[in-house]
Parts: sequence; C-alpha cells; structure tokens
Amino acid sequence: MPLTARLTPRQIIWSKALLWAICLAPLLRLVVLGLNGGLGANPIEFITRSTGTWTLVGLLATLAVTPLRNLSGLNWLIRFRRLLGLFAFFYACLHFTTYLWLDQFFDPSSIARDIIKRPFITVGFAAFILLIPLAATSRQHMMKKLGRNWQRLHRLVYVIAGLGIVHYWWLVKKDISQPLLYACVLAVLLVMRLPRLQHSLLARARDAAPRSCKPGCRE
Amino acid sequence: MRIIGQDDIPASEITPREVYLKRRQFMAGIAALAVSPAFAAAAPPVRGARLAGVKPGRFSTREAQTPYESVTTYNNFYEFGTGKFDPAENAHTLKTRPWTVSVEGEIKRPRLYDIDELLKLAPLEERVYRLRCVEGWSMVIPWVGFPLAELIRRVEPSGNARFVEFHTLHDPAQMPFQRSSVLDWPYVEGLRIDEANHPLTLLAVGLYGEVLPRQNGAPVRLVVPWKYGFKSAKSIVKIRFVEKPPLTAWMRAAPNEYGFFSNVNPKVDHPRWSQAKERRIGEFFKRDTLMFNGYADQVAHLYRGLDLRKFF
Repeated sequence: MPLTARLTPRQIIWSKALLWAICLAPLLRLVVLGLNGGLGANPIEFITRSTGTWTLVGLLATLAVTPLRNLSGLNWLIRFRRLLGLFAFFYACLHFTTYLWLDQFFDPSSIARDIIKRPFITVGFAAFILLIPLAATSRQHMMKKLGRNWQRLHRLVYVIAGLGIVHYWWLVKKDISQPLLYACVLAVLLVMRLPRLQHSLLARARDAAPRSCKPGCRE
Repeated sequence: MRIIGQDDIPASEITPREVYLKRRQFMAGIAALAVSPAFAAAAPPVRGARLAGVKPGRFSTREAQTPYESVTTYNNFYEFGTGKFDPAENAHTLKTRPWTVSVEGEIKRPRLYDIDELLKLAPLEERVYRLRCVEGWSMVIPWVGFPLAELIRRVEPSGNARFVEFHTLHDPAQMPFQRSSVLDWPYVEGLRIDEANHPLTLLAVGLYGEVLPRQNGAPVRLVVPWKYGFKSAKSIVKIRFVEKPPLTAWMRAAPNEYGFFSNVNPKVDHPRWSQAKERRIGEFFKRDTLMFNGYADQVAHLYRGLDLRKFF
C-alpha cells in the first residue's frame, strides 16, 4: 500500500485495528508470561517496570505524531494520536494500580509517605495526576467545547513526558542509559516543535506532497 | 511430462509471487512473535556439580529457602549487565578454571592461592543466610563455604592490617559489561578487619550443595549477611590487607548514597527510597527489614558507640 495523502474509511478501520493490536501486545505479553511463570523471581517488579516502560513509549509515540505528520505531509496520521495517548494513559493506570495494589497493598500511610518523601514517586504521581484531565477531555466533543483552551490544556503532555522521564531517571540505581535514551527521544520531538523548524518542515512537506493539501486547507 | 489439469487455473486466479511471499512472511512473522523470547519464559538453569563433604554450619536460619531458580536467575552482577536477568544470560563467558586468588598486603605470608587449593583450605560448611539487597528485596540462600577468618589466620596479618580489600576479576573479554563505564572497574569492596574476621563472614564457593553458578560470583565470593548484598564481592581475584579504609566501587559511584559500612538498617533510608521494608522473593506481602538483617545479636557489638546515620 503506497503512503497516500488520504485513507479510505476501510483503510482507517484496518489501521486502527492494527494499532489496537500493537498497543495491546505489551499487556498480552505480561499475561502470557504470567501464565507461564515467565515474570522471573520478582514478578511485581517486572510488571511495574514493564507497564512504566510502555507508558513512556506511549507518551513519546503520541508526541511523535505531529512531527511525523509535518515531515511526511500525511495528515491522516493525526487520526491515530488520540488512540496512542489513551493507550499511554491505560498503561499509566496499570502502572499506578500495580504500585497501589501489588507493591503497597493499599497501605495508605506507606503510600502517603512515599509520595511525600520519595522524589521519584512524587514526580511519577504528579505525572499520573496530570494525565487524568487530558484523558478525560480526549473526545471530539470536549475538543469543540473547550475550543482554544483544549490545546492549552493538552500542552501539559510535554510536562508529563518530562516528569515521566525524571521519574525513571531517579529510580535507577546507576545505569542511566535507558532513561537517557527516552530523554533524547523527547528532546528531538520537542526540538522539532520549535516554530522556525516546524515552519521549514511544513514548507518542505508541502513541496514534497503538493496533493496532500488543497488550497485553503489548514495544516 | 505434462500434468493434467495444470492449465485449469486462470492466470487471474494465480496469486502473484510477491504477494504470496509477503503472505508467507506475514504468517512467519506472526508465528515468530508467538514463540519469540519476549513472550517465552526462561529455560530452567543448568545445575552445578555437587560439592563433597559439606557439613551443616553455624548461624543457619530455618526460614523457607528461596528456590534455586530464583537465586540463580535474579541477580545483580553489573559485570554482566545491569538487568536482573542479564547475569544468568551472559555469565557463561566467565572462565572459572584456571583461577587464582592473590592474598597480599599487610600480612606475613602473602600468597597466590590456586582455586582448588583454596577449596580445600578449610572444611566446607552449609550456612543458610538471609540476603538483603539495597534495592529492597531479600532471599534466603543455603551457601557453601568456610569462614573468611580461616584464611586470615593462615596469612598472619600484621598490626597495620586494619581493613581488607576485595577485588573482582577485571577482564572485559570474560565480563562484557566491564566495557561500559557504569562503575569504575574493577569492582572493589572492603571490610574492617574485625568484620572480616567475624564468624558470620563467609568465603562462599557454592550454594544448594553445588558449585557456585557463575552469575552468583563463581568460583569464590564473599558473603556478609548483615550488610547489603553489594558488600559481598563476587568472583574474587585479590584479597588485600591495608591500613586505610578502601574506596569501594559504590562509594566512588555515589558517595552520598553508599557508605563504607552499608549495614542493613531499616531506620536509615537510602536517599531515594525507604529501607524499612523488603520484599522476600516469592512472597506477596512486604515484610519489615530487621536491624543488621536479623544478625544484631551477633554483630551489634562491632558498632557500639558508632553513629549509624553518619557511618551508613
């Protein structure tokens, strides 16, 4: 299938189905491993790490949509952004539930102490709380209702992604290679949003794919 | 020979070769995903040779022992990678024979011990100890070895020998992750001479009655059960008696987080996480961490008058 400026409704349905399958694979993997005793000696740690990792991956994938669209001129990419964002939130919920239930077993005093005293828990918790309004306003009618404020609100995702990486960074004992990798990806995705760079990217995309944008359309 | 019916299929019905190949690729891809390592549980570990003449030793706990599989697949041994499963996967490159341990420094009888000689230095005992990792998990492991004091007695330390330094092998060809700079290699650990001489302190050469697996620090490692796990240096090639406290690998890496003593202490938190509780591997609920990992009766006197918050 060549990459075209427009997708047929059928193509959109298939693409979304594929994306669902990809996004559910990490959860499926945990279930399969759990049933086979493949989560290792410390299953709770395994689940916590895995759901945390996929939250970060989901956030970065969501943030990659706009730059990719600008680079390629494929406007339909934007149609998958909400799904990616909601999957990031889904894994964040699993991650947080794992912590509350499996790790702390709903011990309120221990959780409160952790959130106040442990900086890495504090920032992780803040990131999770900040994600909630974004997930709650993800639907089309909320977008219309909030107007310009919707975009203002959803700019919080930059802060959330940053907090998520700090959360990971402060957790590791010494080997920061993984959090560093995520930080680099986030940095690239943010730099691509700088107005001047974005402007030239958009111009290039227009030249490369003139059919993608009819006169008067907005990018 | 002409095969009857071969031409019955109209050309339009024949799947183009590329599409056909792509479909195969796709099916192969799905099949590969289903059996890929990401979805598969690790194979059970290969067991080591049995050690002969092992007698039950002192100080053993009667608590439930952590299964062999967990003890040998969930390890911190940064020489083979920083992930918990890395050592079990990567340690096969370590050659444990020939192996020598140089015992040197402020002693009357410095000597290069061959590992097989060291194994016969003193009767082997089984010691079932609790192990508490600084990360907040713990195990119960039946070690095989002999008290380090047996070795110390034989090499006759001088009056200047106030500390003992332990060096792990430094050979990136055998320990691939030593090519990274995550720690300053070689891994160095240290004990005060009275800690090294304590009857709990073990030179371990096995676990579960068998030769020590590579990922657990073969062929010879230290076991200091009242200190966090990282104090117990693995795959030791040098034991050096010195006058000044050694600068250990973790003190060099993060001096505000890891002190020289690193005694298990539920009241002194790691700067980034609590040490009050621990998850015993195999258990669901966390349990309270005990002072000196439950060995206070044996070792508390070593630290009398010492501010354990300052000397963590």
